[in-house]
Amino acid sequence: MQAHPAGEEHAPAAAIQHGGSGMPTALLGMLLFIASEVMFFGGLFATYFNARATTSGPWGPPEGAHELDIALAGALTAILVASSFTMQFGVWAIRRGDTGKLKMWTGITLILGVLFLLGQLYDYSQLGFGIADGVFGTTFYTLTGFHGAHVFGGAVGLTIILARTLRGQFSARNHVAVEAVSMYWHFVDVVWIAVFSTIYLLR
Amino acid sequence: MATTTLEPRTATYRRSWVLDWLTTVDHKKIGILYIVNSFFFFFAAGILALLIRTELAVPGLQFVDADTYNQAFTMHGTIMLFLFIIPALSGFANYIVPLQLGAPDMAFPRINALSFWLLPLGGLLIFSGYLFGGAAAEGWTGYAPLTDDQFAPGVGTDLWIIGLTLVGTASILGAVNFIATIFKMRAPGMTLFRMPIFVWTVLVTAVLILLATPVLAAGLIALFIDRNYGGSFFDPTVGGNPILWQHIFWFFGHPEVYIVILPAMGVVSEILPVFSRKPLFGYKAFVFATIAIGLLSFSVWAHHMFTTGAVFLPFFSFMTALIGIPTGIKMFNWLGTLWRGKLLLTTAMLFAIGFLSMFLIGGISGVMLASPPIDFHVQDTYFVVAHLHYVFFGGSVFGVFAATYYWFPKMFGRKLNEPLGKVHFWIHFIGFNLAFFPMHQLGLSGMPRRISDYSPDAGWTILNMVSTVGAFMIAVSIIPFLINVIATFINGEPAGDDPWEGNTLEWATTSPPPPYNFDRLPPIHSERPLFFLTHGHGHAAERPDDLEEEGGHKPGDVERRDDDLV
Repeated sequence: MQAHPAGEEHAPAAAIQHGGSGMPTALLGMLLFIASEVMFFGGLFATYFNARATTSGPWGPPEGAHELDIALAGALTAILVASSFTMQFGVWAIRRGDTGKLKMWTGITLILGVLFLLGQLYDYSQLGFGIADGVFGTTFYTLTGFHGAHVFGGAVGLTIILARTLRGQFSARNHVAVEAVSMYWHFVDVVWIAVFSTIYLLR
Repeated sequence: MATTTLEPRTATYRRSWVLDWLTTVDHKKIGILYIVNSFFFFFAAGILALLIRTELAVPGLQFVDADTYNQAFTMHGTIMLFLFIIPALSGFANYIVPLQLGAPDMAFPRINALSFWLLPLGGLLIFSGYLFGGAAAEGWTGYAPLTDDQFAPGVGTDLWIIGLTLVGTASILGAVNFIATIFKMRAPGMTLFRMPIFVWTVLVTAVLILLATPVLAAGLIALFIDRNYGGSFFDPTVGGNPILWQHIFWFFGHPEVYIVILPAMGVVSEILPVFSRKPLFGYKAFVFATIAIGLLSFSVWAHHMFTTGAVFLPFFSFMTALIGIPTGIKMFNWLGTLWRGKLLLTTAMLFAIGFLSMFLIGGISGVMLASPPIDFHVQDTYFVVAHLHYVFFGGSVFGVFAATYYWFPKMFGRKLNEPLGKVHFWIHFIGFNLAFFPMHQLGLSGMPRRISDYSPDAGWTILNMVSTVGAFMIAVSIIPFLINVIATFINGEPAGDDPWEGNTLEWATTSPPPPYNFDRLPPIHSERPLFFLTHGHGHAAERPDDLEEEGGHKPGDVERRDDDLV
C-alpha cells in the first residue's frame, strides 16, 4: 500500500462524494424500488387477466351481490388523481424554497389520500361479496386491497414528510425525501388508474 | 472547491464486540455476516441432503417415512437456493463490489443491514415448520394443488410462504442497493467499461432480482390468500387455475437460475485471469453476453412447463436454445483466457476450473432439456435432478468455494492453507461427480425425482448406492475445509495486501481493509488498474479517450450533498 509509486493518486474524498452529478442516489433508489413494485403489480394483474381469460361464464360479482359502484370508484379516482397534482405543487414549492406552501400541499395530499382509503373501505362494506366468493372476488379484493395498502404506505411517507417540514428540515437545496415520496405517490396513483380501468371500466 | 481530507472517525468510541457486529452498517462486516449465515444454512440443508441420499441408498424405507422425506427434499431445495447460494454470493458481492469500485461503502448502508437481517429471520421461519407439525413438503417449486389447504393443511407451508416473502424482500432491497452503488459510487476514472467483470455480473443479477423476485412475491401472496382466506387463484373447483402458479413461479424461477449462476460466473472471471497471468479474453464480449443472458432469461420460463400442454413449445424451445449462445461465448472467454496462460493451480483456480468443466456438463444437459421431444421423456426424472445439480452445485457452489479461497486473504489478512485446500477440492470434486453423474443414467432409465423408495427390480440400486457414497464424500470434503478455516484463524500465513498479484482495486488496500476502505486510490485507466500500477501504464497511453473521460472528475472535488432519505 505504501509502496505505490507517486503519481496521479486521488484523495479519498473524491471517491466518497463521487456521483453527485445526475440524479441523487436516494432518488435512484426510489425509482429502482418502484420498478420492483411495477413487477409486483404486474404479477397481480397477471392473475386477474388469467382468471378473466379462463372463465367461460359471466365475469363480475357473484350472483346476488351488488354490482360494482362505478360512480363511487370514479369519484375516488378523481380524488387520487387530484392528490397527485397537489403533491406535485408541494414539490414545485420546495424547489423554490417555499416551505409554507410545501406544508399546505403535503397536508392537502395527505387528507385526499386518507379520503381515498375511507372511500375504499366504504365501497368494500357495500359490495356484499367477499374474497372467498369465487375467482372474481379473490382477484378484485387482492388487486384493490394491495393497491390500498400501498396508498396507506404512501400516506405514512406523507406524514413523515409533513412532520419533517414542520421541523424545518427541507430547503430548496435539500429536499430529496420530498421528491422521493412524491415519486412513490405518483406511482400509486398510476397503479390505481390501471386498476380502475381494468376492473371497473373494461371488465 | 476546497480539497476535503478524510478524518478516520473509527475507534473514537468503544462498543462491545457483539453489539458492534449486530448493529454494523459496514459493507465488509455485513458481507461476512451474509457468508457466515449462508454457510450455517448450507450445513443444515446439507444434512437434509445426506438424509435423502441415505434413504435412497438401497430399496425400501429404512430411515424416514414418506412425509418426512418430502419435507427433507423441500427444505433442502428451498434452503440451498434461497438461503445458501444466493446470500453467499450476495455476501461476496457486498464485501467486494464497493472495494472493486473504489467506493467507501454501499449506497444505502442501513438498508444493506436490513436486507441482511431479514435473511436469518426468513430462514428460521421456513425451518420453524419442523416445530409446528411438519415443514413444507411439496418441493421447492410448491406446485398447486399440492400446496392448497386440502393437501397441505399444516402451518409449515404458511411459514414457508412467509419466510420466502421475507427473503425475497431482502433480495429486492439488496438489488436496489447494488444498482445504486454501481451507478453512483464508482471512483473517478472507473467508467462502466472499466468495471471488473464481477461487478458487471452483480449488476445484471441485481436487475434480474429487481424484476423477477416481486413476481414470486405476488404469487406467494396469492397462494397465502388461497390457503388462509378462501381465495381461488389456483383452485380449479371455484374458477382458479393451477397452471397459473407454474407460470408465476417460473417467470421468477428461470431468471432465478441466472441470479444464482451469474455472480459465480463473475467470480470465475476474476480468478481465471489472475492465475493465468493474462487479462480476460474478450472483456466486452463477456459483458454483452452477460447482458444478453439477463434479457433472454425473461423469455424462457415455460420450458419448465412443456408437458403441461399449456405452452407454445416452439417459441420457448427456440428461446432456450438461443440463451446457449451467450453462454457459449463466455465459455470461449474463459478458455481463451486459459489458453497459453501461465497457469498457477491454486485452490481458488482449481475450483474455478472445476466450475468450467462441471457447468459445461450442466449447460449441455440443459440444452438437451430445451428440446421438447427429450424433455417429454425425462420431465420430473433424475435426469433433471442431475442437470440442476451440475449448474447449481457444479456451477454456483464451486463458485462460492472459489470465491472463499480467493478473497479470504483480503477479508481476514491470512491465506487459507493451500495443501489442505487441494485435499478439500479433490475430495469435493470426485464426490460431486460420483453423487450426481449417475443420476443422468437413473433419469434416462426412468427413475422419477422426489420418490422415497423404489423397487429392487428396477435396476437402479447400484447407481443409487454410488450416488450416496458420492454425497458422503462431499460431506467429508467439508471437514478439511473447516479445519483449514479454523487453523488459518489461529496461525495462518499472513497474506499482505495483494497475495495473488490481482488486477482489481480490492487488492490496492490493506488486508483486511480499514473501515473507510481506501487511504488513496491508484489511477484507473482500464479494468485492471492494479496491474498497470505494478507494471506501468504502457497500455493506458494507447487510449486517447482517457483524458477526455477523466475531465469530469477532479481529485478532491466534493459535489453536492443530498440529504438522506432513510
